[in-house]
Amino acid sequence: MNPHAPIQAVVPSPEAVATMSPTAIVLSLAYIVAAVLFILCLRGLSSPDGARRGLVLGEIGMLLAVVATLLHKDVVRYEWILAGLVLGSGIGVAISAWIPMTKMPERIAFSHAFGGLATALVGVAEYLREVDGLTYFKVGALGFETFLGFLTFTGSIMAYGKLQGVITGAPVTWKGQNFLNIGLFFGALMAIGLLVYDRSQQQVFFGIASTGLALGVMAVLPIGGADMPVVISLLNSYAGLAACATGFALNSQILIISGALDGSSGLLLSLLMSKAMNRSFANVLFGAFGTVSDPGQPAAGQAGKSYNEATVEDAAAVLMASQSVIFIPGYGMAVSQAQHAVRDLAASLERRGVDVKYAIHPVAGRMPGHMNVLLAEANVSYDKLFDLDNINDDFARTDAVIVVGANDVVNPAAKKDTSSPIYGMPVFNVEQSRSVIVLKRSMNPGFSGVENELFFQPNTMMVLGDAKKTLLSMISALKDGH
Amino acid sequence: MGNEWVFNLYVFVLATFVGYQVISRVPPLLHTPLMSGTNAISGISLVASLLAAGSHHLISQILGFVAVTCATINVVGGFLITDRMLRMFRRKPDVPAAKLETGKRGTAS
Repeated sequence: MNPHAPIQAVVPSPEAVATMSPTAIVLSLAYIVAAVLFILCLRGLSSPDGARRGLVLGEIGMLLAVVATLLHKDVVRYEWILAGLVLGSGIGVAISAWIPMTKMPERIAFSHAFGGLATALVGVAEYLREVDGLTYFKVGALGFETFLGFLTFTGSIMAYGKLQGVITGAPVTWKGQNFLNIGLFFGALMAIGLLVYDRSQQQVFFGIASTGLALGVMAVLPIGGADMPVVISLLNSYAGLAACATGFALNSQILIISGALDGSSGLLLSLLMSKAMNRSFANVLFGAFGTVSDPGQPAAGQAGKSYNEATVEDAAAVLMASQSVIFIPGYGMAVSQAQHAVRDLAASLERRGVDVKYAIHPVAGRMPGHMNVLLAEANVSYDKLFDLDNINDDFARTDAVIVVGANDVVNPAAKKDTSSPIYGMPVFNVEQSRSVIVLKRSMNPGFSGVENELFFQPNTMMVLGDAKKTLLSMISALKDGH
Repeated sequence: MGNEWVFNLYVFVLATFVGYQVISRVPPLLHTPLMSGTNAISGISLVASLLAAGSHHLISQILGFVAVTCATINVVGGFLITDRMLRMFRRKPDVPAAKLETGKRGTAS
């Protein structure tokens, strides 16, 4: 057999199955079982009760796939493998066991970077090892794999940097930016075509790799912090597609299936997030939120208006007279790590017989489900967390709403002001409730620069300051009230 | 050779379809665990990394080693953190047991 023949990672062509060795057949079956277990793992996530059991199935599937691969005839040396497995497990445990839940978006972005890098390096390794034995199809697949892998890698590092505050969270834009990014993308596609035409052109291959690295940086730079949920979902999707391309290159069905699961999950989440902001994909990727409107305008508009600045005691008095309260958490809750204080305030209200609910907007926070995780961490029962559609009719019957560091998701302009950049975005009907208490650091509109009329309404009380401190003083004010 | 990639395309299309169907049933409540869970599953690129790290070719071994490390971080870290999150999602009794002392004043209002 030709030693440079491409590795047939999993199932050989159907005709060849007849001549397979018994071990090879067992290994192929192991991959099929692993694929089924992965699907069952994701299915478990359809309810919080079965989710952990489902996850165990996924873990078994992964173990099965790894053991089967280690027994593969093309794996001849184990020292590098062992070193990588030990090192990776150590780092994996270190960055997962103790990281605070408020850092979850950063953590997820970080792991997308690892996923991207792993596939990209496999692509490079495969290309260098087999340059001359590659089929047209495999060269193309390797090109895509490497391009998407490196794109995911730098894109995720950028997203991480923005979330962590190392790189400015505000959109970075300049003239001709979209033109350049589209150019880079089509350049990479053309280079992949060129590589298929002449596979021995190493400089073309490394050109594709560098374009992926550059495009990852360029594509995430113009995207603002508030759009991070879409970007993180999209990078999730790219990481999956890169794994799929690996599967095509190595003729490995388990990689194709797992990559497709990951890719479709990321795609679905990005679509949901875009819909929750009433914006198209293209608009998120190329729109650079907020910079479109003149930044001087909102401030000028606000200057003439007055708002009710309230003390903690005023707010506590309102709460004492309330029978029903809805909390609306936003990214500000994560920033001030106020989820436990929110739960404590809710608990002391519930002890007074108040009906407490939480309204969670799909794009609140910096990643899909961000607020749910934080409140779950603070021991809030999940049946008190409500989606937009399930709670929006309740506001009219609610005595008090407490907005904890949320802004755009409670902006009435999204419903009536056609000139607002967030017009059409589904938002909470907060203004319908009897009184609104907004916890906010300052009256600064933040980098989205969108004015929020809610803050200037007569039934809105603004309690400025750190959300956590404010909530804690509200709890003691409630206690002192009686 | 031609057959092979058509076959793989079948697998890809069907898996995407199944993925879309299964994942559209995941409630928004669990979107973050979904993301970290699929991230762990996409650590399946570990399989490809193992093949690279375990080959004869030196450059392949070195790149494969880094890839195995990265993919293992995702597999181990991804499953661990997803489990950590899922453990927190519970339905609790109406009045949380924690910090009961603050509630001893009763419900007079």
